[in-house]
Amino acid sequence: MIRTFKRIAVAAALLAAFSVSDVSTSRAASKATPPPPQDWSFSGVFGTFDRAQLQRGYLVYREVCAACHSMKQVYFRHLVDIGLSENAIKAIAAEFEVAGEPDEDGEPTERPARLFDRLPSPYANDNEARSANNGALPPDLSLIAKSRVGGADYIHALLTGYLEKAPAGVTMGEGMNYNTYFAANQIAMAPPLAEDGVEYEDGTKASVDQQARDVAAFMTWAAEPEMEERKRMGIKVLLFLIILTAMLYAVKRRVWSDLH
Amino acid sequence: MSAAPEWKNPVVKWIDHRLPVFTFTHHSLIDYPTPRNLNYWWNFGSLAGVVLVILIGTGLFLAMHYNPSVDHAFDSVERIMRDVNYGWLMRYMHANGASMFFLVVYIHMFRALYYGSYRAPREVLWFIGLFIFLAMMATAFVGYTLPWGQMSFWGATVITNLFSVVPFFGDAIVQWLLGGFAVDNPTLNRFFAFHFLLPFVIFGLVFLHLWALHVHKSNNPLGVDIKTDGDTIPFHPYYTAKDAFGLGVFLIFYFAFAFFAPNYLGHPDNYIPANALVTPPEIVPEWYFLPFYAILRAVPDNFIDIWGILPILVTAKTAGVILMFASIIVLFFLPWLDRSPVRSAKFRPIYKQLYWLFLADCIVLGWVGANPPEGTMLVIGRIATLYYFVHLLVFMPLLSRYEKTRPLPDSISAAVTPQGSSQSAQAQGA
Repeated sequence: MIRTFKRIAVAAALLAAFSVSDVSTSRAASKATPPPPQDWSFSGVFGTFDRAQLQRGYLVYREVCAACHSMKQVYFRHLVDIGLSENAIKAIAAEFEVAGEPDEDGEPTERPARLFDRLPSPYANDNEARSANNGALPPDLSLIAKSRVGGADYIHALLTGYLEKAPAGVTMGEGMNYNTYFAANQIAMAPPLAEDGVEYEDGTKASVDQQARDVAAFMTWAAEPEMEERKRMGIKVLLFLIILTAMLYAVKRRVWSDLH
Repeated sequence: MSAAPEWKNPVVKWIDHRLPVFTFTHHSLIDYPTPRNLNYWWNFGSLAGVVLVILIGTGLFLAMHYNPSVDHAFDSVERIMRDVNYGWLMRYMHANGASMFFLVVYIHMFRALYYGSYRAPREVLWFIGLFIFLAMMATAFVGYTLPWGQMSFWGATVITNLFSVVPFFGDAIVQWLLGGFAVDNPTLNRFFAFHFLLPFVIFGLVFLHLWALHVHKSNNPLGVDIKTDGDTIPFHPYYTAKDAFGLGVFLIFYFAFAFFAPNYLGHPDNYIPANALVTPPEIVPEWYFLPFYAILRAVPDNFIDIWGILPILVTAKTAGVILMFASIIVLFFLPWLDRSPVRSAKFRPIYKQLYWLFLADCIVLGWVGANPPEGTMLVIGRIATLYYFVHLLVFMPLLSRYEKTRPLPDSISAAVTPQGSSQSAQAQGA
């Protein structure tokens, strides 16, 4: 009896789990193709970020994406995490002018960005962003890897999923581009990446696929900077709990032995 | 039950003479007589208590860093995730802890359904449990608004709007809940206040729940009353050891989510800041509300009108809201809907089958709730909703009357100990 109970309960739990997983996958908009899964250094329980890849990804963001997309949750000081030295980050930050404290007469001032500043946004506000982009609002990219089904796979797929011409029978809106992986296949963003559009310092060939891969990894880091620490701690916690639970099971058996 | 213990430590003795906390603890946690045959499904009550404490603990630290203002709420949560020491750990334990709380409580409730734990004399225990469940739902709902993502905002909009169906006072109630005419800063402020208060209400209800439990003691898989001392064993060390082992297994499951799939149970849209001008393609609640969401959306338009009995007094939305609340309120009547002479499904061959159908029905409702209410999905949702009520309102009373139950054992010890069963065999032989 108990065994049947258990079997059915397990089946029900699995069913429930599948129905929940079904929720997350069915959320992708109807027409878009699901993004093909890629190999990522950070997948899996033991996954870690590839620092060289994150730095390449940041270069792509800085030179390409940042023209239109903000990354407001990321501060320059966070970039130590992707393996850049403090001096290198200071030098990068200093290239940007940000608003400073008002001067003695109350006039607004500008100063070079420092470590404690957010990555500067390309537009002063959403209206300016829309006005510069044909009415479309380029989303903030800090959490894009968490706020889209598929995460890094989706970002990589989207950036490489443009078709030069929409398939026959598809009417495109004005200024829209056909993308296999975007909801309803029409995206306002023009194909952002070009072959050798950036020059990698480590000599990696900057193909469109490589840039998409690198920037997707960078955005995953930006969305989940705690990921490596989380997984490292999780392994320790689970190992501890497994041993503790095994011992508690032995205790339970021992305590109950006089009843059985 | 053993007599009050003699306290040897003079300080303990002095305090206990004035305020018998030590005697109370001894009676309620140490020599508390517990049926000797409880299976692992009885672990989930104490697990729920542990999760509640984890939620209050992590929640306290989150509240120290969270900023309940529409301009800063989303950013302050991200600050917790990125810059607060172990803030990500607190938040992921808290968010996944809410899911675990519901999972554990659902198992706890379905255990009560299987073994008839809601039956006399435990009706009030069952009521308090249902009040805890309602308070949990309220807490989870206002808590989900706090990160101020898209689902937070639109979920709050949809659910507060449900109260507009209340006759005469509906709009006033909605305005009072929102602190205005739409979900905005006053809403977020008061939801934060409620989210901090309600867990302590739950905590108080848990004490009442335990108080009621300790009057008639735990039900057990056989559903027969405790008759002799031989039917029980002291809570400590037997059930403390068993609960501790169960807690270990549960924590492995819980932390596997919190550390390795922390966002699996959440909705990606909630990592997009709330925007009153952009409605998400689908507004979906957290998984633990999905069955109720399915019931809410199951009612056809002009539901009453199609029967031609009444003019349209009740719109689809109103009927949906009524059904959704009814789906919980009907559970309060369960002790009287089920009048079977036997508590446990072990001895109820037909109820046992229907129980699994009912559980499957609830899971189907959850699955329907996750999908847009269209086509086949809507039809399945309606059938499942109907079955939910038919099971509780029709099958339960009918079963109590017509089901032929199996014979009950004389006592717990007669059924589960070798001495007991040989004694009862002798008694029958003589």
